[in-house]
Amino acid sequence: MEITFEEKIFENRKRKPDEFSEIARELRRDVIKSLFLAQSGHSGGSLGTADIFAVLFFGGYLRYDPKNPKWEERDRFVLSAGHICPILYSTLARAGFFPVSELATLRKLGSRLQGHPALDTNLPGIETSAGSLGQGVSIAVGMALSDKYLDKNNRRVFVLTGDGELQEGSTWEAAMSAGNFKLDNLCWIVDNNDCQIDGRVRDVMSIYPLDKKFEAFKFEVITIDGHNYQEIMDAFDKFIESHNKGIGKPTVIIAKTIMGYPISFMKDNYEWHGIPPNEEQAIISLRELQ
Amino acid sequence: MEQFKLFGKKATRYGFAEALVELGEKNPNIVVLGADVTSSVLTSFFKEKFPERFFSIGIAEQNATTIAVGLALSGKIPFFASYSVFSAFRNADQLRISVCYNNANVKIGGGHSGITVGPDGATHQSLEELSLLRTLPNMTLVVPCDYIETKKATLKVAEFFGPAFVRFGRAPVPWFTNEDTPFEIGRAEIFREGKDVALIACGIMVWEALIAAEELWKRKGISAMVINNHTLKPIDVKTIVDAAKTCGAIVTAEEHQVHGGLGGAVAEVLAKNYPVPIEFVGMPDIFGVSGEPEELLVKFGFTWKEIYSSALKAIERRDKKVITNHIYRNVKEIVPISFEIL
Repeated sequence: MEITFEEKIFENRKRKPDEFSEIARELRRDVIKSLFLAQSGHSGGSLGTADIFAVLFFGGYLRYDPKNPKWEERDRFVLSAGHICPILYSTLARAGFFPVSELATLRKLGSRLQGHPALDTNLPGIETSAGSLGQGVSIAVGMALSDKYLDKNNRRVFVLTGDGELQEGSTWEAAMSAGNFKLDNLCWIVDNNDCQIDGRVRDVMSIYPLDKKFEAFKFEVITIDGHNYQEIMDAFDKFIESHNKGIGKPTVIIAKTIMGYPISFMKDNYEWHGIPPNEEQAIISLRELQ
Repeated sequence: MEQFKLFGKKATRYGFAEALVELGEKNPNIVVLGADVTSSVLTSFFKEKFPERFFSIGIAEQNATTIAVGLALSGKIPFFASYSVFSAFRNADQLRISVCYNNANVKIGGGHSGITVGPDGATHQSLEELSLLRTLPNMTLVVPCDYIETKKATLKVAEFFGPAFVRFGRAPVPWFTNEDTPFEIGRAEIFREGKDVALIACGIMVWEALIAAEELWKRKGISAMVINNHTLKPIDVKTIVDAAKTCGAIVTAEEHQVHGGLGGAVAEVLAKNYPVPIEFVGMPDIFGVSGEPEELLVKFGFTWKEIYSSALKAIERRDKKVITNHIYRNVKEIVPISFEIL
């Protein structure tokens, strides 16, 4: 099978809900291609969060400048669940941060696209290294603290974690501090697919009820279908409104997603957490993503 | 080098705390994070003076360390201090991934370190963290010898970009350097010239090494070099190798386990460049117990006497008169040091 990455760049602008499906499909195709070429990596979460990435990065919500990645007024996106970086890399490439063709180097020696995001490769758009679960949320809290209380600017911080990640105790330390410091400039997205390496999150170690936990930690809680563009947009709109109003509470978006969505043989199957498609599976996946 | 004299005793934590206030006055980007024990590690000084730049994170050292990274990635220079057992071990993964892998400009203060934390007992006596911190890429690791040097070290680590750890303690300990004593990160200072044996120490053991050197000269006519090796990382290879070439026998002394800390660092340098006999003074691979700092220093052998006897052993080994065993024959049982040799 010959793999090609078409150099298509998407703009970051206000869109109607149905305009996101083409972008998300392209991102998912990139994920399949780069993981197939790498022959290792995490397919499930990367595919399952593609709709959220499409809306956040291409719906005018996250403010950034791919030509000036260190732009001092940019919003910051922290990927705490570092293992799903294929979707982040694909998104950044499609946003114009670096050439789309570079996606073919994922996990290869000498690549800037490390197996988990690495700040020291100077890949444009990467805000922090991540890989040991839970740490990204605390980093995001530190960034939001700096923005709100020291620099007193209007920037926002978005952070995405998995749901199994919430079994790490330090994520709740981070939640406690976000609520305590009233970080209304912080938006925490939980990729709630109820899957982790060993099985269902509810079986391995239940984190539920999630909404009540975050409410208790003084969060504004929004629960959505993570594949419904309108709901994703509404959630981000609500967060931005909360920030503009200064409600004094951080926002958490609990996005109910399906791991591996929409690939027929990966969907909702936790065994796809940490493996790449083989050639046959890649071909079928790309056909399904036509 | 000047002869050092004792000005008195003062806890090194005051050096850290006073330096933070000084830094706060000079640089608006200096911020401090506390994990509840601010009146112990004296970050309370900074908190009182600059409340808007102090963040209380509570008893959550993993979170505090990583929040510091977020602040550093926003252009701030965060200092996070707690007891070393919590600011180097409880948060070890955060130090590795978020601080060091990111090469984030985060400065960590390790207070209440070593055996001298005393009656709190083994849980709080941090005697292992140097070995962990020394292996982290991008980390700078400083163990100053007294109050004034702790102040200098704290001021200095704020000047360069990148992770750094400064170790200090709770108990009043000898204060013997002054503003004019040379100090540079990454450069070991020869505090006393000598040609027969080199005593390489860090932290509170530097003063003990100076006493040991004086006693070696008075009692045995042995000329001992004393090196204050405050920076464990990056280690000053040249000064250590030169000392080995000059003296041919080395003693290391640190308020830490004998494994993995200063002794380990010196042994690595010499094994590679110029192998000579080395004797190690430190905690013999056991946990401590409750007691007053002075009692514990004697009980576990953190005094000039152990450095003195180790120096004689190192010299003997060099001269091949006697091949001695390690001073602690059984690591589970401390063998009392024989002072007949004195």
